[in-house]
Amino acid sequence: MRTLTLLQAVNDALHTKMREDERVTVFGEDVGPKGGVFLATEGLTQEFGKQRCFDTPLSEDGIVGAAVGMAVNGLLPVCEIQFQDFIFPAFDQIVSEAAKLRYRSGGQYTAPMVIRTPYGGGIRGGLYHSQSGEAYFAHTPGLKVVIPSTPHDAKGLLIAAIEDPDPVLFLEPKALYRSVKGEVPEGRYSIDLSTVRTVREGSDVTVFCYGAMVPVCEKAAAKAAEGGIETHVMDLRTLLPLDEEAVLDAARRTGRVVVVHEAPRFCGYGAEISALIAENAIEYMEAPVRRVTGFDTPFPNTLEHHYMPDERRVLDAIEGVASF
Amino acid sequence: MTEMLTMFKADGSAPDFNGALDDKALVHCYRTMLMVRAFDDICMKLQRSGRIGFSIPNKGVEATQVGAASALRATDFFFPSYRDFGMALHHGAKPVDMMHNMFGNASDSARGRQMSVHFSFTDPVRFFSISSPIGTHLPHAVGAAYAAQALGKDDVSLASFGDGGTSSAGFHSALNLAGVWKAPVIFLCQNNGWAISLPSSGQTASDGYAIKAKAYGMPGVTVDGNDLLAVNQAVGDAAKRARGGEGPTLIEAYTYRMGGHSTSDDPTKYVPAEELEKWAKKDPVLRMQRFLDKSGLWDEKLEEKLLTECADEVAQAAKVAEATPGPTLETIFSDVYETLPLHLRRQGEQAFDLAERKGGADAGGGAFPL
Ligand SMILES: Cc1ncc(C[n+]2csc(CCOP(=O)(O)OP(=O)(O)O)c2C)c(N)n1
Ligand SMILES: [Mg+2]
Repeated sequence: MRTLTLLQAVNDALHTKMREDERVTVFGEDVGPKGGVFLATEGLTQEFGKQRCFDTPLSEDGIVGAAVGMAVNGLLPVCEIQFQDFIFPAFDQIVSEAAKLRYRSGGQYTAPMVIRTPYGGGIRGGLYHSQSGEAYFAHTPGLKVVIPSTPHDAKGLLIAAIEDPDPVLFLEPKALYRSVKGEVPEGRYSIDLSTVRTVREGSDVTVFCYGAMVPVCEKAAAKAAEGGIETHVMDLRTLLPLDEEAVLDAARRTGRVVVVHEAPRFCGYGAEISALIAENAIEYMEAPVRRVTGFDTPFPNTLEHHYMPDERRVLDAIEGVASF
Repeated sequence: MTEMLTMFKADGSAPDFNGALDDKALVHCYRTMLMVRAFDDICMKLQRSGRIGFSIPNKGVEATQVGAASALRATDFFFPSYRDFGMALHHGAKPVDMMHNMFGNASDSARGRQMSVHFSFTDPVRFFSISSPIGTHLPHAVGAAYAAQALGKDDVSLASFGDGGTSSAGFHSALNLAGVWKAPVIFLCQNNGWAISLPSSGQTASDGYAIKAKAYGMPGVTVDGNDLLAVNQAVGDAAKRARGGEGPTLIEAYTYRMGGHSTSDDPTKYVPAEELEKWAKKDPVLRMQRFLDKSGLWDEKLEEKLLTECADEVAQAAKVAEATPGPTLETIFSDVYETLPLHLRRQGEQAFDLAERKGGADAGGGAFPL
């Protein structure tokens, strides 16, 4: 089977869906002839023409607002926000409009649409090209929030997102765009949203993670194994709606849990996982849940490698809960 | 497009210029333009050799930056974009202080927290801390202008942004507020032809950008952005109106980005070569040089002296900045609030403790893609 990078897998998913369904329309800043600043949309304008893949003016609220309009009137918009850090002008359109449309119209109007955007650190982008804003959006009823961590998942989940009847925020870990490679089938396939992926089986400690933290946790788990700790690593991949049963099963299995994300800790996604476990599986727990996260500060530049959870920090937490 | 204000004649003379800049000021403007180029050149080399991560070239837009800055006082309030540092240099910001930011070291005013080219100065010029999100600073300029007026000062705000910036929500909010409040603010739209890969023609369907002023109830002026004197005069006139209580002005400086969007961009993929050639003939530095020559203020000797001075100063700045240590771990946690809250103190202590027990974190080799 072919081996693709995560970035190529995203591009392949877009090509696949655009070939199959002519309603699929891609737009955003620099996504046209240039193919996007990361080249995720490379070749789309060339293959499908300017009407189906095009550049927009620099207006995120316009992009997402127009996507809602396209979605209610027969197209399947897949818009790109160049960096997740620049999504905030569109916050109103996402939170007040796309996410609430089905509810407020009793299902008369819906917004099947995808917002793709690269997120996360590791590229020396400083405060505004590094953020992980998933918690803002996972707090939004009506929205789905998806984050792949492998090329295979990126393609299958993006296709599922495009086919989904509800608005999906598809966060792409830009640190992994070119650094992970994997086998990706040709043609259409999809991976059900709201399913988790078991990255590694283990019986001592369970680590929940997603996006660019998955390879970090895998490495930490391998190191922990050298010291005799078997770690169960779970990639959550859809943050909203979450497969709560899978999370609880994995927590019960070891009774020792670490949650890892790049985003700040306070009110971060790890708090939700921790609360879920506290409410439903406390009797199985042998140790307090540990969170390994970005600090509760803006994202720094020169010291980003200290800000982002790394193998060192994850391993320390695994050892900490294992020996509690 | 509304009629374009130009001062330079083909022969290099500028008979219609209002004379707001004396001989010394004119040479200073020229020197600043050369300094911008020297700074760009060395940053390109530093980036290509992997010593800094990223920089933004200014080639082609120097006359707009420096022309605008030369029409204002250091005590006016500059709200710049990332392609405006010539304004700070013009009012005395030191290349070495800028280099500290490029290297993100401990002496950077932002302590290495910001990406490079995101400068911030309070002294010797009020050059507002640069934010990456486009257009967010435009309402700030209006608020600062309102405050200056409310406090009885005659300072103005300069809000500088690109053609791409006019599509942001901040642009429309800011112009609307400024019009209603008659705030002493100057909006300087640098139409440099491109917003990354999007040509200006794809940014707006209106006939240029200055015309947008009409809808917000303020004068709109188009100026030749490669003509330093024209920019100086347009901004000077707008400042006079603003200080006199006549409110805001929108100026469109018609210019051209003669390089890539940034060191991560390859413009040859989308910029037509003929277009670049056409604009190269209007190189703003050469046009200024021709004017100075015509006015008896320039000769080869001066050129050599200025070029050497600028090259030496930026090289020295880079040397100092590169040798300056990086920020300490503590800088991740400071300046979030005035007083460090308990939860952050704890997180900091945990980070220090881990660094002690398990060593420092590996610096990733991430290169900035845009
Ligand atoms: C809100 C927002 N959206 C997108 C970006 C990414 N981006 C950075 S620069 C740029 C183009 C800006 O063009 P323009 O305003 O014309 O300024 P120029 O770079 O030409 O000086 C874009 C899209 C951003 N920084 N902020
Ligand atoms: Mg521009």
